[in-house]
Amino acid sequence: MLLIPCPHCGPRPEIEFRYAGEAHVARAADPGAVNDQDWAEYLYFRSNPKGIHFERWRHVSGCARFFNCVRDTVSDKILTTYPAGEKKPDLGTLMKEAGR
Amino acid sequence: MSDSMAMRRSVFDGMTPIRVEGKVTAASLPFAARFVFRGDAKAAAACSKAFGVTLPKTILQAASEDGRSALSLGPDEWLLIARDGEEAGIVAKIEKALAKIPHALVDVCHRNTAFTVTGAQAEALLASGCPLDLHETAFPVGMATRTLFAKADVILWRTGTNAFRVELWRSFVPFVWGILAEASRDF
Ligand SMILES: [Zn+2]
Repeated sequence: MLLIPCPHCGPRPEIEFRYAGEAHVARAADPGAVNDQDWAEYLYFRSNPKGIHFERWRHVSGCARFFNCVRDTVSDKILTTYPAGEKKPDLGTLMKEAGR
Repeated sequence: MSDSMAMRRSVFDGMTPIRVEGKVTAASLPFAARFVFRGDAKAAAACSKAFGVTLPKTILQAASEDGRSALSLGPDEWLLIARDGEEAGIVAKIEKALAKIPHALVDVCHRNTAFTVTGAQAEALLASGCPLDLHETAFPVGMATRTLFAKADVILWRTGTNAFRVELWRSFVPFVWGILAEASRDF
């Protein structure tokens, strides 16, 4: 079982968490002004990378809060986690910290 | 309202006792008043005064005073526990103190119930269904958190080296109790 570091509770077993999709997908401030293509992109299309992925998780059987996580989808290694609402961390800095 | 509707029955009525002499005992707790309180630091400070227990600022901590307890389950969420029958008084006091401070206070005493697990094997019995490291160095006395017991959400609070309080939804009790009873046969 993976240990996921919840930014509020610390490392906790994977089974307490739920995955909640890609992070930092911003809804348009004025959806009426968005064309169909861009709206479809916002609703349905995700980056789905092989490698580093910014994603949302919820510590549902713990503090119950949503938070963000940077995970390598190949190795499952988690580079960092941070509370929802915080700025997206710089990937270059994270990679350096992880020694990559 | 008919008599049967007015009757209050514990979900533990008729459940097989869990007791392994000298090792571990699980026992139901009496009815209690319970609330989920949510709010920021300012709201928590005002609620502490009104409730009579300082709501822990540190997450996953429990505090008790004079029969009342406050468990910090999330960065802005606390479970408040008091004696059965104190509900109305608590609501009135907190709502008055926080009239101008944004917060949420939800009565969950009909939803939740609780039992204790005590004895030298208390930690081992709970480990039969809980994925957390329950050793006292990782889960010290005074720590409280929501977690899982098998497939049920529970709140686990360590009240002593060999004593835990388990808070859970009453509808989960037959499931959780059944697994505990089965696991207790190992001791
Ligand atoms: Zn958490």
